[in-house]
Amino acid sequence: MAVVRSPKDLIAGLLFIAAGIAAIAIATNYTLGTAARMGPGYFPRILGMMMIVLGAILALRSLRLDGPPLPGWKWRPVLVVLGSVVVFGLIVNHAGLVLSTILLIAMASAASDEFRPKEAVISGILLATLAVGIFVIGLKLQIGIWPGAR
Amino acid sequence: MLGTLIGVLPGIGPVATIAMLLPTTYALQPVSALIMLAGIYYGAQYGGSTTSILINMPGESSSVVTCLDGHQMARKGQAGAALTVAALGSFFAGTVATVLVASVAVPLSELALKFGPAEYFSLMVLGLIGAVVLAHGSLLKAIAMIILGLLLGIVGTDVNSGVARFAFGVPELTDGIGVVTVAMGLFGFAEIITNLESTEKRERISAKIKGFWLTREQFRKAWPAVLRGTGLGSVLGVLPGGGAMLSSFASYTLEKKIAKDPSEFGKGAIQGVAGPESANNAGAQTSFIPLLTLGIPENAVMALMVGAMTIHNIQPGPQVMTSNPSLFWGLIASMWIGNLMLVVLNLPMIGLWIKLLQVPYRLLYPAILLFCSIGVYSINNTNMDIMLTVLFGLLGVVFVKLECEPAPLLLGFVLGPMMEENLRRALLLSRGDPTVFFTRPLSLVMLLMAAGLVLLIVLPNFRKTREAAFQEE
Repeated sequence: MAVVRSPKDLIAGLLFIAAGIAAIAIATNYTLGTAARMGPGYFPRILGMMMIVLGAILALRSLRLDGPPLPGWKWRPVLVVLGSVVVFGLIVNHAGLVLSTILLIAMASAASDEFRPKEAVISGILLATLAVGIFVIGLKLQIGIWPGAR
Repeated sequence: MLGTLIGVLPGIGPVATIAMLLPTTYALQPVSALIMLAGIYYGAQYGGSTTSILINMPGESSSVVTCLDGHQMARKGQAGAALTVAALGSFFAGTVATVLVASVAVPLSELALKFGPAEYFSLMVLGLIGAVVLAHGSLLKAIAMIILGLLLGIVGTDVNSGVARFAFGVPELTDGIGVVTVAMGLFGFAEIITNLESTEKRERISAKIKGFWLTREQFRKAWPAVLRGTGLGSVLGVLPGGGAMLSSFASYTLEKKIAKDPSEFGKGAIQGVAGPESANNAGAQTSFIPLLTLGIPENAVMALMVGAMTIHNIQPGPQVMTSNPSLFWGLIASMWIGNLMLVVLNLPMIGLWIKLLQVPYRLLYPAILLFCSIGVYSINNTNMDIMLTVLFGLLGVVFVKLECEPAPLLLGFVLGPMMEENLRRALLLSRGDPTVFFTRPLSLVMLLMAAGLVLLIVLPNFRKTREAAFQEE
């Protein structure tokens, strides 16, 4: 890394620029209006421009100022934790709270380095009972308990 | 109660806690719902100090400094004294701050009622700038995060034209993104993931706790610190971006500066516990002032409170006091009662909290994840919200890696629609003349203050002291 001195800032800057460009690109579909009578596209465009400017400063500055290196990235926690929630979201409507909970807990537990399958299943069953008790019976939320109950 | 329970659990900050429990308040009356959330906030605050003292593990950021001396006291066998001082200091600070909130709120909200759209816009600019200047981290990134938040905030149907913006043809997005969704993803999920990444093992000391009473010597040393902490915390709490964390850091620095023997600090000085603990409680209370009187949240927790109010159909701002006095005074009364309860309930129950800490994280985090997921799902009963939360979780992890603070984003997100609306109205009234923000005196003053704050931080001198202050960690 001879040129880039602060990779974190560079990536953040580029991300902000991208977000700004995207915002403006999408906002071109909305009426701009005038300052006195702003259309729905006015405010997003201002914000998009500000994003681009700030992102550019950040990115340029990263070439001059020293910063910490990029930290490592562990894929397992990210994928497993978020993945288990995605699965929960996909099936909760059909499979009901009990099954989705057990599945979520079992899957999510695998993200930890100290994963113990048996323990995960037991805590899944316990938490499923608890969740039904609190949310369905206690708070009367409209969530199906068993598959196809809705 | 519930608040302490969760505050004690390390690895979940107050923001994630409130986001997690927000859905459980739907069934309640608005007043009790908000009181409960406020209670959770104080509880989390207090629970955080318990873990700091006992296992050198701050439950949340405002207790970081309590670790320094509190844990040292525990090592010396003075855990009981440290906990007592934290509880009593917090209670005293809470009482004073509550009185302050009650007395300041009425005149301030009367002032706020005179605000036009231009003033509101400038006030929000000041609030947002203030929030990032006083928080730590890179200023440039923080401002960019605010703007990103503002952009996310305008997702949904435009109130004036009815056009669905940034909805990508997804019907669920036309209603906008929920605060809970954003907060849970950015704070809750991201926190869990980063905690899992760090392989650091937690230290477990089950220090014996005995002797809750302070010696006369300790009492003599502690009470001035409590007074100073309360004063400092009350003032800093009102400032945008202030609140609990800043207050406790500032108080610790102050105590260390004025102590006769600064070398005691870090080795179990009782002032180092008493001051910051009082300050963070006072700050936590007074940070309600801008929210209740102006409708402007000044930190991430308050942003969530706005979300909670909106869910219960309460428009935060000066009108709350006139249109919903029971809510207003209920909240204030709850502050004091909440503090009293904390002292009464928590001191005897410390043993129980320690037991709870023995629960390993590998069992804890899936449960947190579950409660978050059900909570998000139950808001609208759509899977879309869960997917969005996952997306924000991913974004949150990226932000952590890039050292971008997520709190400004949440503030911007909550203020986004309000800011656009006021900007539009101000310019409509002035027929498109942007100088309206500079010709109205109140608005000008606020913008100048905002500019001044930015200048302050750009000036090298101030930057140094700011960095030094945060280095105390």
